[in-house]
Amino acid sequence: MAFLLSTLPRQNLIKQVYRLLLLSALGFCSTASSVEPATTTLSSDCPASFLLSDNNQCLLRNLYQLYNSLGDHGIGGLKTALPAHRDGFSPEQIDLGRLLFFDPVLSADQSVSCASCHNPSQGFSDGLGRSVGIHGQLGSRSAPSLWNSAFLKDFFWDARSQSLEEQALSPLFSPQEMGNNPSQLLSSLRAVEAYPKLFKQAFPDTKDLSLDQIATALAAFQSSLISLNSRYDQYAHGYGEALNAQEIEGLNIFRSFVARCSQCHMPPLFTNQQIAVIGSPEPEDMPRDIGAEKTFDSVKLKGGFKVPSLRNIAETAPYMHSGRFQTLREVAEFYSGGRGHAVPEGEDLLLHWHISEPDLNADELDRLVDFMRTLSDSSMLPTVPHTVPSGLTTISGKAARDNNSQKSSSEKT
Amino acid sequence: MKKAKTLGIIIALVAFVGGWQLATNLNSSPQITSSVGGASYGGGDQADSVNTALPERTVNGQILTVNPGDSIQAAVEAAQPGDTIQVMPGIYSETVYIDKDDIHLVGVIKAGERATLDGLGKLNDAILYSGNNILIANFKITRYKGNGIMSQAGNNFEIRNNIIIDTGIYGIFPQLGVNGLIEHNIVSGIADAAIYVGMSDNIHVAHNQVFDSVAGIEIENSRHAVVENNYTYNNSGGILAFITPGLPIKTTYDVIIRNNFILDNNIPNFAAPGSTVAGIPSGTGILVMAADDVIIEGNIIVDHKVAGILINDHGNAPGLTLDPDVDPNADRVMILDNVMHNNGYDTIDEVRAFALTELHTGDIDIFQIGPSQDSCIINRHRYHHVGLGDFAECDFSNTDSIHNYLIPGAAKPRIIASAERGEIAYMGICAGCHAYDDVLIGPSTRDIQAMYANNPQGIVSYINAPFKVRPEYPEMPAQNYLDAETQLAVADYLLNIQLEPSQP
Ligand code: HEC
Repeated sequence: MAFLLSTLPRQNLIKQVYRLLLLSALGFCSTASSVEPATTTLSSDCPASFLLSDNNQCLLRNLYQLYNSLGDHGIGGLKTALPAHRDGFSPEQIDLGRLLFFDPVLSADQSVSCASCHNPSQGFSDGLGRSVGIHGQLGSRSAPSLWNSAFLKDFFWDARSQSLEEQALSPLFSPQEMGNNPSQLLSSLRAVEAYPKLFKQAFPDTKDLSLDQIATALAAFQSSLISLNSRYDQYAHGYGEALNAQEIEGLNIFRSFVARCSQCHMPPLFTNQQIAVIGSPEPEDMPRDIGAEKTFDSVKLKGGFKVPSLRNIAETAPYMHSGRFQTLREVAEFYSGGRGHAVPEGEDLLLHWHISEPDLNADELDRLVDFMRTLSDSSMLPTVPHTVPSGLTTISGKAARDNNSQKSSSEKT
Repeated sequence: MKKAKTLGIIIALVAFVGGWQLATNLNSSPQITSSVGGASYGGGDQADSVNTALPERTVNGQILTVNPGDSIQAAVEAAQPGDTIQVMPGIYSETVYIDKDDIHLVGVIKAGERATLDGLGKLNDAILYSGNNILIANFKITRYKGNGIMSQAGNNFEIRNNIIIDTGIYGIFPQLGVNGLIEHNIVSGIADAAIYVGMSDNIHVAHNQVFDSVAGIEIENSRHAVVENNYTYNNSGGILAFITPGLPIKTTYDVIIRNNFILDNNIPNFAAPGSTVAGIPSGTGILVMAADDVIIEGNIIVDHKVAGILINDHGNAPGLTLDPDVDPNADRVMILDNVMHNNGYDTIDEVRAFALTELHTGDIDIFQIGPSQDSCIINRHRYHHVGLGDFAECDFSNTDSIHNYLIPGAAKPRIIASAERGEIAYMGICAGCHAYDDVLIGPSTRDIQAMYANNPQGIVSYINAPFKVRPEYPEMPAQNYLDAETQLAVADYLLNIQLEPSQP
């Protein structure tokens, strides 16, 4: 929450924070009716969890830095260091990224922003199985959560991109997502009065607003979304009482060699960042998504997807790459159902060797869900701007409007 | 779907012409190398020799005794680092998990009667741990569905003198650990590997008896491991060193397999479909796949129908997934003197077919396929071998220089200065609610500094059990999950922060 524009009056600010806290605790979209003054200055403070260095870089600090990991790979058990991360952006770059992230001016018809599919109040996802892009187009994959993307080495479900910057530009120019093109994007940003000045603040050494700067700012903002203070984390740092008996039972099932969840969802990030072919089904009306087969040009990876982190997983239903499962319980049942049970007759997939026959009982499935729920933490949620430089309506503006006309139905657990 | 095809590790055979050269060499007089005395291996990690993986205890804690009818887990929860838990003979049916450091969990054996963990065919794993400096010794473990003893991370461990019978997937499975000793265990009836070292470093596996399992001892995606003086028989494969593609740690190297008895590993492979070991041809003594710097020395390898030693690359193992980040070849394999007899007498078609390209028929002690750079062997004339055309003569004859790869003084925890610890905790936790100048969720750090000047202990007390101070603020959540050292460090840090006043 340290992520506030310095132009905000303090009273307002406390009120907003309260609202946000309250609403996000209740699982509602954050809505605030107070109107933020037009943005003219970017924050010169780093977001929470980042230390401002002497040369104006925000450097990540978290408790996992107290530990080692084998070969610095950032995988292991409870007291294990995290994988290498991105940081070092300036506070201004991060704050500019935040404004861009929420600003629909980035899309071709100025109707969707990054936040439309990566909504902070929905775990930086959208509550949909398959995301909806510009002109209401239904995509084929689910918007992944952006929490902790600073630690990832590959991006997109099929691992086709290797940097946050590369990833950030791709949806802007995808006809199915934001539908824009580079020249229109640049001209519409230049046409907004505040942006050239804000870009200048974030990139003081460069002349003109550029695509690279947009990518850098979006990458900077995404890398600031840190969620490492869940109850699980308290347990990991050595506080046995942070989890109740049922949750610990769930942890033990999670890491047991019957269920084997932790063989791919490895602590502390809860992903090993590899591709896995697990044979999970698509929605009924959708053909098999070949996934990483395309990226690596190998049929061995047909139907393979990046192992997602499970941090904040309780906030991002529905599940799997195309949202086939509505609840975590359904996901657990899928794994328990046996190797290849959901793969259609005649389809050949090279299923991952840890996809086995765990045959868990109903209690064990419930305990797994209990455990996954302990991985939630939004204590470093950034502030959603209520107005953006373009003056267009943001997701929070939309939510407020919807809220007035009808009761919000964005509840999802 | 039809279950994914279980493919033998060796299937796609590429005829390779180099073999001809060997057939012609056979008539010249062999180069005989004595492995007594002579040069020792000069590579690896030549550490001073140590015989333990546990650091010396600085505090000798309490001894907690568990009797039949008591819960072992309750004792683990009561234990502090430095304590020893002694479990008296009797039957215990539970999953024991150790998520703390420096606990010794030791069974007491009385006249052969052991503390027995019985999973009753229902429980998942017997013992799980994720702490450093853990000892597990003297148990009998049986009828679990998952693993007997497993870790996920945890440096400096010893797993000794346990008898593990019929426990599902792995008998002993340390994963992601540095510096471990696994010795004097008896493990049998395991559907994957009896002893499986996964993604670990500096491991010593010695004096174990492993049988009636799919794989005896498996060193997978691990480095600096010695496997010696073990007795492995009646498995499908005896001892394995390999790289499984698709795992986050991509290498296996510096593995010494020496002085083991590897006998009659010919039982049908009963591994689960799709598991990596399902591809081991039943009847394999030693399997080296894609691993580098593996030395095979002084083993007695007898009575294996496929081959005594099988070496291959990933290219010849088509059942595996694709992993562009893995080097698929087994390079620098070094075969010193081994006693081999009656191997390859009834081998699989793929091996036989490739042997024929070298005009080889009959027994096969050593079979190598796929590219293998800088590999070597001594006294090759003693064996029936296929595919060793590119193997040079080794310029050493023993590994006497390497006692083991354990780390003298054990793997060290990360040393963090108090100020750094305070900074990490403040930034990582407190800064979510406290900013220096601004009011976020809690009061500003500057205000707290004024209230608690020179009183870090006061902050420690408050954050351990916060109470409501300001009616208009929410309650602060307790930070009692932080250990005492971190609490004091964060309090000190908070009191010492100085920032430029932010621009108006
Ligand atoms: C989730 C938000 C949150 C976090 C995280 C948090 N605090 Fe607080 N803190 C508060 C709030 C809210 C108050 C004010 C409580 C009140 O006045 O009743 C507060 C008050 C305090 C006070 C003042 C107590 C007093 O006597 O007035 C101290 C000292 C303090 N926090 C230290 C810390 C430290 C150190 C950390 C990190 C280890 C931390 N806090 C983490 C929310 C938080």
